[in-house]
Amino acid sequence: MADDTGTDTAMHAGTAASRAAADAPREGSGSFGGMAARSTASMNPARIAIRGLDFYYGENKALKGITLDLPDRQVTGMIGPSGCGKSTLLRVLNRMYSLYPGQRAEGEVMLDGQNIIDPELDLNGLRAKVGMVFQKPTPFPMTIHENIAFGIRLHERLGRAEMEERVEWALTRAALWPEVKDRLHSSAMGLSGGQQQRLCIARSIAVRPDVILFDEPTSALDPISTLKIEELIDELKQDFTIAIVTHNMQQAARCADQVAFFYLGELVEVAPAADLFTAPRQKRTQEYITGRFG
Amino acid sequence: MSATTASTPVPGRAKDPRASAALGRRRARTDAVIRFLCMVATILGLLFLVSILATLLVKGAGGISLRVFTEVTRPPGSEGGLLNAIIGSLIQVSLATLLGTPIGLLVGTYLAEYAGNSHFGNVVRFVSDVLLSAPSILIGLFVYQLLVLPFGGFSGWAGVVALAIIVIPVVVRTTEDMLRLIPNTLREAVIGLGAPKWKMIVLVCWRAAVSGIITGVLLAVARVAGETAPLLFTSLGNLNWSVDLARPMSSLPITIYSYAGSPYEDWITLAWTGALVITLGVLGLNILARAVLRARR
Repeated sequence: MADDTGTDTAMHAGTAASRAAADAPREGSGSFGGMAARSTASMNPARIAIRGLDFYYGENKALKGITLDLPDRQVTGMIGPSGCGKSTLLRVLNRMYSLYPGQRAEGEVMLDGQNIIDPELDLNGLRAKVGMVFQKPTPFPMTIHENIAFGIRLHERLGRAEMEERVEWALTRAALWPEVKDRLHSSAMGLSGGQQQRLCIARSIAVRPDVILFDEPTSALDPISTLKIEELIDELKQDFTIAIVTHNMQQAARCADQVAFFYLGELVEVAPAADLFTAPRQKRTQEYITGRFG
Repeated sequence: MSATTASTPVPGRAKDPRASAALGRRRARTDAVIRFLCMVATILGLLFLVSILATLLVKGAGGISLRVFTEVTRPPGSEGGLLNAIIGSLIQVSLATLLGTPIGLLVGTYLAEYAGNSHFGNVVRFVSDVLLSAPSILIGLFVYQLLVLPFGGFSGWAGVVALAIIVIPVVVRTTEDMLRLIPNTLREAVIGLGAPKWKMIVLVCWRAAVSGIITGVLLAVARVAGETAPLLFTSLGNLNWSVDLARPMSSLPITIYSYAGSPYEDWITLAWTGALVITLGVLGLNILARAVLRARR
């Protein structure tokens, strides 16, 4: 049943973003936890523009004709049931899939005038521009300081003083500096889960990327750590374009400026967060956000 | 919806508290039996180990004296020691470890990080596992053909190579296993920062697996420190003081082998002492490595 209507809805959804941006100053159609004000805000121009993206795990087509803009210095939330392709899309944006033979993408994903999925692309350069934070915290088995410096050293040659400055800047931006400033040279494995996740965020921003991808960054954390990460994401969008995959619809509503709903590898609908949660255009979106399935 | 599921009769017999109690008792009995078997097996295993160590201590400790470490092997009845055997073993085992470890480390890394389930990878893995369980006398014979016959005689180098060939598969196995324990998300996190693969392996994966890899190297050292058969055809043994690797070289296992089978009381005592020295040496190395690893953490 999904396949019949699939192409239609995907095309519709593809234009939804641009349409939402075009007739932005319209009334928010309700209040969803005080989000109404946001829906009138217009979306920034696209930092990453995805056009007609297909993705394959071997023979299995996991993404079908995705067209979506990630607006500059705003947060795009990606929601949908497990296996709908939202994490797959994230892993296209930094070419993580290229690690695994048999996975391939077709279509166009433009960042700074370059097609990300071009096989000739310098992947290390791309990943310096597009950082990623994972579901489980992934501290490296070294000191806190070395964790941050590791990424910086991959792309820049900094003097000692500059390096210290950059490390402090990154840890401060990740709201971790006060907690670790006296133990920079002890192992990162000794931090709590929430601290480890903020360390991973600091490690990503230390490289000064343009885009940061969050793959369910709080699903392994307690509510207080989750709150800290969400506040952090809100801070970070002043400087970074952010995409966040989440299973938590409240989180999408709280964090995201724009929310995209995926189902069975298709982008069903994309709209400003308040609109999507209060007045979804698609029946499937409505059924998902009201807990009818998924 | 929930009403319909609740009213559907549950298949099977109704719950009987007496049957559940009987089931509970049966499980407790099974648990007791299994626990008993595990304990007996553990005690049996420990018994052999303790008995070996006790015999070693009782028979070997008596012969320990300064003379063992300062005098070379002498004819029976003339107050000889084991100095040349101890030094010979130290030289051959450490050189074999230095030679075999890098090769084993790189092969194990290749298998874990690059080969995946490729055909070539599986062949390498299979050959390495065969080598791991190959009788060590075969390795001695192989090196005899390779290095002893063509170069005109037994030599310390031949012994080193034979021992290194035993070190390699042990290190390959543990390195691959330890690297495979690292979660893929850690690799993706390194790659996600824009690191090339070799930096991911050298700077993060090896570091994450270091304690396991060192354990593997120690295992290999312990294994070759007691190997006799591969040395019989390679470094042969030497009754005199010699640290020249181009000539036959003494070693503890060979000396133990020849002394233990001799009819002379003092040689037999020295054989026991030599066995104790090897055991304590390996034990000391293990303790040292553990202490170093703990201090790093």
